[in-house]
Amino acid sequence: MLTFENVGLRYGVGAETLRDINFHVAPRSFQFLTGPSGAGKTSLMRLIIMTLRPTRGLINIFGKDTAALSNEDVAETRRGIGVVFQDFRLLDHLTVYENVALPLRVLGREEWSYRGEVIELLRWVGLGERAHAVPTILSGGEKQRAAIARALISQPKLLLADEPTGNVDPTLARRILRLFIELHKSGTAVIIATHDLTLMDQYEEARRLVLADGRLHIFE
Amino acid sequence: MTVMRFWSPTRQDASDIDEGAEEIPAKSALVPADSVAGRSVVIVIAIMTFLAALAANVAILVADASVEWRSDIAREATVQVRPTAGRDIEADVLTAAEAMRRTPGVLEARIYAQSESEALLKPWLGEGLDLSELPTPRMIVLKLDAENRVDIDRLRVELERVVPNAVLDDHHVFIERLGDMARAAVATAALVFVLILAAMAVAVTSATRAAVATNREIVEVLHMVGAADAFIAREFQRRFMALGLRGALMGGGGAVAFFVLAQFLARRWRTTGGGEQMEAMFGDFSLGVSGFLAILLLSGGVAALTGYLSRYIVLRHLRRLG
Repeated sequence: MLTFENVGLRYGVGAETLRDINFHVAPRSFQFLTGPSGAGKTSLMRLIIMTLRPTRGLINIFGKDTAALSNEDVAETRRGIGVVFQDFRLLDHLTVYENVALPLRVLGREEWSYRGEVIELLRWVGLGERAHAVPTILSGGEKQRAAIARALISQPKLLLADEPTGNVDPTLARRILRLFIELHKSGTAVIIATHDLTLMDQYEEARRLVLADGRLHIFE
Repeated sequence: MTVMRFWSPTRQDASDIDEGAEEIPAKSALVPADSVAGRSVVIVIAIMTFLAALAANVAILVADASVEWRSDIAREATVQVRPTAGRDIEADVLTAAEAMRRTPGVLEARIYAQSESEALLKPWLGEGLDLSELPTPRMIVLKLDAENRVDIDRLRVELERVVPNAVLDDHHVFIERLGDMARAAVATAALVFVLILAAMAVAVTSATRAAVATNREIVEVLHMVGAADAFIAREFQRRFMALGLRGALMGGGGAVAFFVLAQFLARRWRTTGGGEQMEAMFGDFSLGVSGFLAILLLSGGVAALTGYLSRYIVLRHLRRLG
């Protein structure tokens, strides 16, 4: 599903931020990506979602070499990836319902065809009563769940979450993790970038990818 | 068809739990209205459309009026009988007029009376003068058949044969000058029209670039959720086309109002000297079907141009990003 081969990333003329990264993410797998601040977790995520190009090496997503993708192919590939950003990236002029429905709208689906799905998902993440609200009046936890719902709505093959429990209390963090585990069980590969050791300890079956000094260490 | 999702708590048909869904807001625009300098864009487009409609219709009015001037003048010719020593000018005038009336294609040959000829000279020579002693030429005004065109060269030869001191003027030099003037006026109006549209295009381009910069975060999020460049460009195009249509309708409506008012005022002032000159130049300011059609087409064209330009600018920007 996702393969990195000898990937290196350098910003400008400095030392490499990521060095010789090699790993493979299988379908229906679950992994935590962790490491100290500045180790390159966000850079690695950006390489996966193709907002950064590697300085060297090969990245293959869903069987496609990302270096050879056109703009249209990149958009098509991204539709198979759900992303939960650390800063949520919700659009403030849209309601929660509209934010969550965005990936389906982008696919060209009519509003009546996805209304039921979106409302179900909003209830599932506990935002059934906040469908009409705009993100500016939501709490941090609500924004987090809205961002997660947006990443899930199109049932992506791969889900990336950058510090998804960074802004929520432990109870909600456990609930969010359960949500990801549920998604994983339904067939989605999940990568969660986190500092939260407690969170990782709650799902010991997950593989751990640890970034340190620009290199990746894998603990099965 | 019901699609089952893993988050469905009871795995039931989505329509069963859809109560209250109709209260959910439909679809807000992805490019927010207040993120585009909407009012400024509408005002600029309205002014530009108004000016472009004015230029286009002035060109149409002058072109139509010039066709009228030329056809009016082309339906007339003048015979001038000059006083010559040893000849009876009154007899020459009658002979010339008779010869002209006999020629096929001449509908009428009206002799200007001595008093009428003298009246023509009054603006130059003033009132109260006895012009009977002056050797003033006599005029015969011919009305020519527009359907059965007369052969002017043959007419001239015939006139010289019967009255050697008579000269035929078919006004062709004047007609050519009028034609040149009308063509110059139309070309100037066309140039102004093109320049106005170019200025509008520049304004829309700047507004689109500003809108893309303001909405950078929205563009990034749309990219992240898998939107293709064409989808994003279409969202901007929709927003700008709506602004363009609003501005074009305001400008086009203003132009129609302007011409209706001008027509009304032209009718009221028709009897004054200035009014006559204006009417000679532009006709009665009546737009006619072609004028209204031109404004309608122009308004539609402006809206389409605004939409197309914004789409092109956004696509180019996104491709550069990619």
